[in-house]
Amino acid sequence: MDKLINTTSSSAHALTKRESKFSWQQIKKTLGKAYAFFYGNPPAIIGGLLLSIVLAGAIFAPVLATHNPEKRVARPHQPPSAEHYLGTTRSGRDVYSQVLYGARKSLSVAISAGVIAMSLAVIVGVSSGYFGGKIDDRLNFLTNVFLVFPQLPLLIVLAAFLGQVGSLVITILLGVTSWPWGARVIRAQTMAIRSKEFIISAEVMGESKIRIILVEILPNLVSIVFGGFLGTVIYAMGSEAGLGILGLGDATEVSWGSMLYWAQTSSSLYTGAWWEMLVPAMALAITGGALALINMSIDQVSNPKLRTGPHIKLWHQLKKEADKRRGLR
Amino acid sequence: MSKLLEINNLCVDYVSPNGVARAVNNVSVSIAPGETLGIAGESGCGKSTLAFAISRLHKAPALISEGEIIYNGQDVLKMNDRQLRKFRWNDVSVVFQSAMNSLNPVITIGEQLTDVILAHRKIPYKQAHERSVELLNIVGIHGDRMASFPHQLSGGMRQRVVIAIALALEPKLIIMDEPTTALDVVVEREILNELYELKNKFGFSILFISHDLSLMGEIADRIGVMYAGNLIELGDAQQVFGDPQHPYTKGLISSFPTIHGPKERLYGIPGNPVNLLQIPQGCNFQERCSECFTRCKQAEPTLARVDNGNLVSCHLV
Repeated sequence: MDKLINTTSSSAHALTKRESKFSWQQIKKTLGKAYAFFYGNPPAIIGGLLLSIVLAGAIFAPVLATHNPEKRVARPHQPPSAEHYLGTTRSGRDVYSQVLYGARKSLSVAISAGVIAMSLAVIVGVSSGYFGGKIDDRLNFLTNVFLVFPQLPLLIVLAAFLGQVGSLVITILLGVTSWPWGARVIRAQTMAIRSKEFIISAEVMGESKIRIILVEILPNLVSIVFGGFLGTVIYAMGSEAGLGILGLGDATEVSWGSMLYWAQTSSSLYTGAWWEMLVPAMALAITGGALALINMSIDQVSNPKLRTGPHIKLWHQLKKEADKRRGLR
Repeated sequence: MSKLLEINNLCVDYVSPNGVARAVNNVSVSIAPGETLGIAGESGCGKSTLAFAISRLHKAPALISEGEIIYNGQDVLKMNDRQLRKFRWNDVSVVFQSAMNSLNPVITIGEQLTDVILAHRKIPYKQAHERSVELLNIVGIHGDRMASFPHQLSGGMRQRVVIAIALALEPKLIIMDEPTTALDVVVEREILNELYELKNKFGFSILFISHDLSLMGEIADRIGVMYAGNLIELGDAQQVFGDPQHPYTKGLISSFPTIHGPKERLYGIPGNPVNLLQIPQGCNFQERCSECFTRCKQAEPTLARVDNGNLVSCHLV
C-alpha cells in the first residue's frame, strides 16, 4: 500500500514537473524553431509577411472595413479618395471594404478545398501505397479516372449544371476534384518508405497498421503533404476566381471572384475605372505569390536532413576563415 | 622513412545548433608506403571522421578547420576540384562500412566496376570490361557474375565486389572504414586473407579503421588509439597490443578475452564517452580514468615518446 502511494505521488510529481517544463521551455523552443525557419530564408520572410497581412485583413475585416460591402454607399465609379480608399464600383459599393470581406470568402473556400483535397489524397495515397495488392489496384484505378478528367471544364460543367452555386458547393467541388495528383505522389513515396527497414522492424515489433501509418510513415510525408496542400490552395483560389469571373459562382456573395465578375460586366476597364478590376486581381496575385513563396521554403523546415539554420551560417563563416588560412581564395 | 601520407595537426569540427563539437582534435599521424596503420577506438571517437577527412568527403556541417593532409608532397586540403577528382580513387580509395549501401541496387556489379575504370582511364569499353572480370577474379568471384545485381549476391560477396572496386585503379592507399563489421568471422577472415595477398602483390598501404583491437593487433603494422577526437596512443602494433601505456588502451585491451593464456575476469571501461560539446578542462579521459590525479584536471596531456617506443598522451607516463 505504501509503495502504491509512493509511486502515485512520485508520478504526480513527475507530471507537474513536466507540465511546468511544458509551459516555458516549450514556448522558448517553438520560438527558436520559428526563428530558425525565417533566419536567412528570404522567401519565407517575404511570403510569411504578405500572407499574414492578407490573413489579418480577412480576420479583422469588420474592424478595418470603412463601409458595408454589400450596401450602396456612394455614387458609382468614384476614383480612390480619402473617403473611399480604393474607389467605388459601378453599383456604388466601397472596393476597399469589399476586398477585405472578399478575402474571407476566397480564403475560406481555398483553404477548405485544400484541406478536403489533401485529406483525400493522404487517405487514398497512403492506403494504396501501404496496403498494396487489391486495395492498391482499385484505389489506383479511381485515382487515374479522376486524373484524366480535365478539371476546370469539369468544374464549369458541374457548376453550370447546378446553376449559380454558393461557395460551399464550389468548395466541395474543388476539394473532390483536385486530390488525384497529390494521391499519386503520396502513393509513390509511401511505397518507397514502406520497404525501408524501420517500417519492417515496426511490423516485427507488432505495431498496429494504424500506428505504422500515422507515426512511422506520415511524418516522412509532411513536406510533400504540406507542399501539395499549399499548391492545392493556390489552385483552388484561382479556380474559385475563375468560376466567379465566368458568372458560375454566386454573384451576390462578396468574394474576389464575384468582384472580378462585376468589374467585368460593368466593363470597368473601358470606362477608366481600373481600380475596380485591379484591386481584386492584385489581391489574388499577392496571396498566390505569398503561398508559393512559403511553399518554396517549407521543405527546409519539415526535412531535418536539409542543411539550413543559423549554425550553417556559422559553418560558412568558419569555412571561409579556414580557406583563408590555407591560402585558398 | 619516406611517407606516403602525412597528417599534421588535423582538426575536424561539427557545427551543430548547440555549438561546435570538435570530433578530431589535433591529430598528427603518417603512413609509409606499404604500411598498414590501424585506428581503433569506441563508437563516436572520430575514427570515421578522420577517414572521411583524408579523402575530403566531408560536407556541411562538418568542417576541416585546421591542419594539413599531405599526400606525396601535396596538401589535399588545398586541391581544387579537378585535382581532387583525380586524387580520389586514383591515389586513395575508400571501402565503406556496409557494402549494401555503397553498391547501387539497380545497376549490375559489372557496370559499376567498369564505370569506375572508364571514369578515370581513357580506354575502350571492351578493355575496361576485361579488366573488371580480372578484378572480380582477384577477389575470388567468377567473371560470370558481372551481370549480377547486388541483391543477387551474399553480404560477403558484395563486400568483395566493393574491395574489387577499391582496387580497380591500383591506388597507393586504401582507407577501410570498418570493412568487415557487418560480416561473420569466417567471411571476415577469408576477405582479410585475400586483402593481404593483394597487398603483397600490389604493395598499397592500408588505413584500417575498426573497433576490433584483437583483429587490428594481428593485421596492422602500427596502431593508433583514439578517444574523444584525440590520438592518445600510437605505436608499433605489438607494443600497443602487448604493452599498452595509456589507461584507456589498457581498458580497451582488458575488455575482451584472450584465446590462449589463463582465464581472467574481463574489465570494461566504466562510464560513457565525453560529450564533445562540453569538454572538461585538462584530460578528456579524466572522468573514466581509474588513475586520475590533480594534474589531469588542469593541463591537457600531449603525445610524448615513452620507453617502449610508443607515443602516449598521458600525464602518468
